[in-house]
Amino acid sequence: MEKSISEIEIEALERLDNTIEIEGIKELSLHYLGRKGVLTKFLRNVSSLPENERPIAGKNANILKGKLDTAFNNALKGLESTKGDALTGIDITLPGRSCKRGSLHPITQISNEITDIFLRMGFDIAQSPEVETDFYNFEALNIPKYHPARDMQDTFYISDNIVLRTHTSPSQPRTMEKTEPPVRIISPGKVFRCDSDITHTPMFHQVEGLMVDKGISFGDLKGILTTFVHQMFDKKTSLRFRPSFFPFTEPSAEVDIRCVICRGKGCRVCSKTGWLEVLGSGMVHPAVFEKVGYDTEKYTGFAFGMGIERIAMLKYGIDDIRKFFENDIRFLRQF
Amino acid sequence: MKVSLSWLKEYISVDFSPDELAERLTMAGLEVEGIESRFDYLEDIIVSRVEKTEKHPNADNLTCCTVDVGDNNIVQIVCGAPNVREGLLVPCALPGTVLPGDFTIKKSKIRGEKSAGMLCSGKELKIDSDASGIMELDKDLMPGTSLAQALNLSDYVFEVDLTPNRPDCLSLIGVAREIGAFCEPKAKVSYPDFEQSNKNQGLFSINEYAKVEIIDPDLCPRYAGGFLLDVKVGPSPFWLQQKLESVGLTPINNIVDVTNFVLMETGQPLHAFDYDFLAKGKIVVKRAGETIDFTTLDGKEHKLEPDTLMICDGEKSVAIAGVMGGENSEISESTTKVLVESAYFNPISIRKTAKKTGINTDASHRFERGIDPEGCINALNRAVELMAEISGGTKAKDIIDNYPLKQKPVKIDVNTDVLNTRLGTNLSIDSIKELIESVEFKAEKIKDNLLRVDVPSFRVDVTRPEDLSEEVARLWGYNNIEVSFPSISAQGELLNPIISLRSKARDIMNGFGFSEAINYDFTSPKSVDNLLLEQDDERTRVETILNPISEEMGVLRTSLVPGLLQSMKTNISQQVDTIKLFETGNIFLATRKDSLPEEIEMIAGLWTGSRDTDSIHNKKANCNFFDLKGVVQGFLEGLNIKDCVYERALEKEFPYYSKGYAAIVKKGEPVLGVLGQIKPEVIKNHNLKQTAFIFEIDIKVLLSLMPEKITAEILPKYPAISQDITIIIDSNIAAGSVSKELDLLVQKESLAEETYLFDFFEGKPLAKDKKSLSFRIVYRSPSKTLKEKKVKALHSKICESLISKFNADLPV
Repeated sequence: MEKSISEIEIEALERLDNTIEIEGIKELSLHYLGRKGVLTKFLRNVSSLPENERPIAGKNANILKGKLDTAFNNALKGLESTKGDALTGIDITLPGRSCKRGSLHPITQISNEITDIFLRMGFDIAQSPEVETDFYNFEALNIPKYHPARDMQDTFYISDNIVLRTHTSPSQPRTMEKTEPPVRIISPGKVFRCDSDITHTPMFHQVEGLMVDKGISFGDLKGILTTFVHQMFDKKTSLRFRPSFFPFTEPSAEVDIRCVICRGKGCRVCSKTGWLEVLGSGMVHPAVFEKVGYDTEKYTGFAFGMGIERIAMLKYGIDDIRKFFENDIRFLRQF
Repeated sequence: MKVSLSWLKEYISVDFSPDELAERLTMAGLEVEGIESRFDYLEDIIVSRVEKTEKHPNADNLTCCTVDVGDNNIVQIVCGAPNVREGLLVPCALPGTVLPGDFTIKKSKIRGEKSAGMLCSGKELKIDSDASGIMELDKDLMPGTSLAQALNLSDYVFEVDLTPNRPDCLSLIGVAREIGAFCEPKAKVSYPDFEQSNKNQGLFSINEYAKVEIIDPDLCPRYAGGFLLDVKVGPSPFWLQQKLESVGLTPINNIVDVTNFVLMETGQPLHAFDYDFLAKGKIVVKRAGETIDFTTLDGKEHKLEPDTLMICDGEKSVAIAGVMGGENSEISESTTKVLVESAYFNPISIRKTAKKTGINTDASHRFERGIDPEGCINALNRAVELMAEISGGTKAKDIIDNYPLKQKPVKIDVNTDVLNTRLGTNLSIDSIKELIESVEFKAEKIKDNLLRVDVPSFRVDVTRPEDLSEEVARLWGYNNIEVSFPSISAQGELLNPIISLRSKARDIMNGFGFSEAINYDFTSPKSVDNLLLEQDDERTRVETILNPISEEMGVLRTSLVPGLLQSMKTNISQQVDTIKLFETGNIFLATRKDSLPEEIEMIAGLWTGSRDTDSIHNKKANCNFFDLKGVVQGFLEGLNIKDCVYERALEKEFPYYSKGYAAIVKKGEPVLGVLGQIKPEVIKNHNLKQTAFIFEIDIKVLLSLMPEKITAEILPKYPAISQDITIIIDSNIAAGSVSKELDLLVQKESLAEETYLFDFFEGKPLAKDKKSLSFRIVYRSPSKTLKEKKVKALHSKICESLISKFNADLPV
């Protein structure tokens, strides 16, 4: 006798486990259960065993024969059903009953992402009207009538004194009027400028930020904005601060980030400069504090603003700003 | 502004490469938007040698030349220049080359002879003014070499985008000054000679010819004039034309060109008058005083307001001060006497005029930003000197300088500790002094931490210590300031509840399968009519934009509905016909004139097309009122606003919904909003065909109805027993009123827990004017298991009351 029944069982099941093809299983079945198979041979040889062992050996061999037969058949069925030609139960490959989510507008999503970062840094959210007085949109921000800086923004007028806000910056004086320092707010919203082409829409979105307290410095501005950029893009994104001009900040700085598309090598998106302009910022101009009655000797602060569309376009690779306001569902559902 | 590198080098030595210089300027706050290599086109012009010349068989003035253009290429070119001869080296433009003036060279036949290119004159190539013949090049040059290389010509032109606070840099000297500050070591500008020499100077005084009178010194604090006799107006010398062209200006004549040259050099706008056209030799500077018509030298007529500052002569207006000269006194070829104006005008006055007339000139651009009031005389002297030299004129021995309102020099005391705190730096007082002195500020140390700073007159942007902090920061380098973090007190404010509501509302709609739309706040003035709104409807109170982008965007929206219908149209035109959109945003209702409109934040949703997405699991069916109502109910429930009631919406209030297919939703008194099917007429007005269901809810009302807190209820321990009742009633009785009555009856009984409508039926076998309603009432006791007998008794009592109340029948 070469192998015992239990040895045959262990070996057969092990080999079955390692076989994943239908042909292989059929071969195995033939090898153990076929006319010249291992078990058939065993049964034939039972007569050669000592008489007292014969009944048990024969019985065990028959039990194993049945067991293997079932195992091989089940394995075959299993494999065949995945082939799709032997269905049992339901066809689980049919599509599920539809349960479609909608989508949040990409501008909403980016705006949330931006505000969340600042909320984590202890800022609060402030809101201010979309239609503004000339005072809050310009005068209170140190942009008197007939100042050339008014040319920087093409304004929609409702009347001589009522405008569609050209930036979210009116939230600065509006907040400071009501609050004593420390102030730290972030204010997202719609803004309007008479401009319409592939890179400009007459309405777009900005986020304004303002922080005022004792001893706030330009270095702090750099710190907060660096943290923001690292969270919004990634830790490897470097920043540069570049002198600029906004009437309501002094010093004023444009903030460029290393192009997130080409990593600074120069590409179409960054006009080959390797840098992308994403933020305007600066230390709050004392004239702005004077307008809201803050003590300019005691307090300093910084303010910044950024376009949400610009960031959304960079993050999602969108090249035409008008797409945001067409509300094509096929566009909206991608985000 | 365009800045030429070669021109800059006349005032400062520049060792940087063009790219490096652009980077440095940008980081100093003078953003370079582009660099152009001015002689790029000369790369395509090649040096060629005329090997052989033959007379053109059909034209006396033409020569057929065999020309070596390098690389063993020999071509035939027909040339008309008198100086063409064998052995000459000349610039050659081969076919395909584009010459200045957008002239493309082509292979051609000239009078029957092939010509494969053009031999060029210096003028044609814009490198000199000689047009008399082709340009003769050095004999040692190799044919085939590019001309740019052969002549070693190179210049770069920077396009600098200047911020409005830096008018001082609207000149080459201004830019040079900035470059000097970031050179290593720092360098000073070498100024041109601003004194008049005694060359070309006459013995006469300007006062013998001209008089300047300033009537309105508030608008014109300074007016200086220079005078020349016997000028000969003609084209400028080549060098001057080149200079102007390098910065994008077109040469006109020697007198005007000098004014432009000095403008670009110093930033001081100048104007030259033909003296013979100035009545009584007088210049009077005054407000127009009345509305006047005036023709500027570009031939355009303008209506000018009474407070416009004008330059007049003894009789009439001759120029709009600081903006543009008049046609009546402009320099022409017959001009022989020139009066040169160099003035300082009030920036606001110039800006008003420029805005109102729509004229934007190099002069007005600078005046409205503020020029250097102390720079007038330098520029005037420089201009008069150059004019005399170039036009052969004779200068008066003196100038007029009328300066009634002397501008005060600005002095600023800067506390360097405060400055360092503001910037987050730790700069010593000496290094601060050194930094600002590099751009011609003068600083005197008056205490250990106090500098007294004299601001140069050209820096009109610097008036307070904070302005100097920017100066220090940018000269030190923004990127050399260390990053720090503010210490923030840990007192957070409660998030504005409207912000969390808005975000919850968006999430719920998103979960219901609606995509968020953002439409413009603008809409067409027609939108009010398109919605069929009646005159007394508050939504007809539109705010009109005075200067809209287009008629279609002429007013602010008073409803979110037109925007959603517009978005629906966009999608349908893209063959997407099942659309679920929502939007949150403001609508605007006009109030009084010159007051802010009322801004009302709304959320609205639109559903059109199928109820479900196409699927094997359900039959295709269109969405209907109840699909949308389900959304509204689910939405309100999601915000924990319970027990809302729905009432039929009045057509008068909501004329854009189909009558009988719209409901207002209320909770108690306040109306949250409206929902329903849009009227076919309104659908048509928006160029749509398929129907749409829309809801609109006021966010503020929503907020007021949100529960302040939610208290968990204890779940019942004992089993419930449900009993049903079906009643048949007149079909004009609303199901809602039956439900409401049933609720009232049930509320009286402590054991009835809830009721709901579970079936509704109309049609045969019921009579035509009847409908059947089936309600389920759930009975439960909080303290024990109810006995069926007791429940039955209670149920029949309730049923009887309901039946009698509505005079109902029971099913057969």
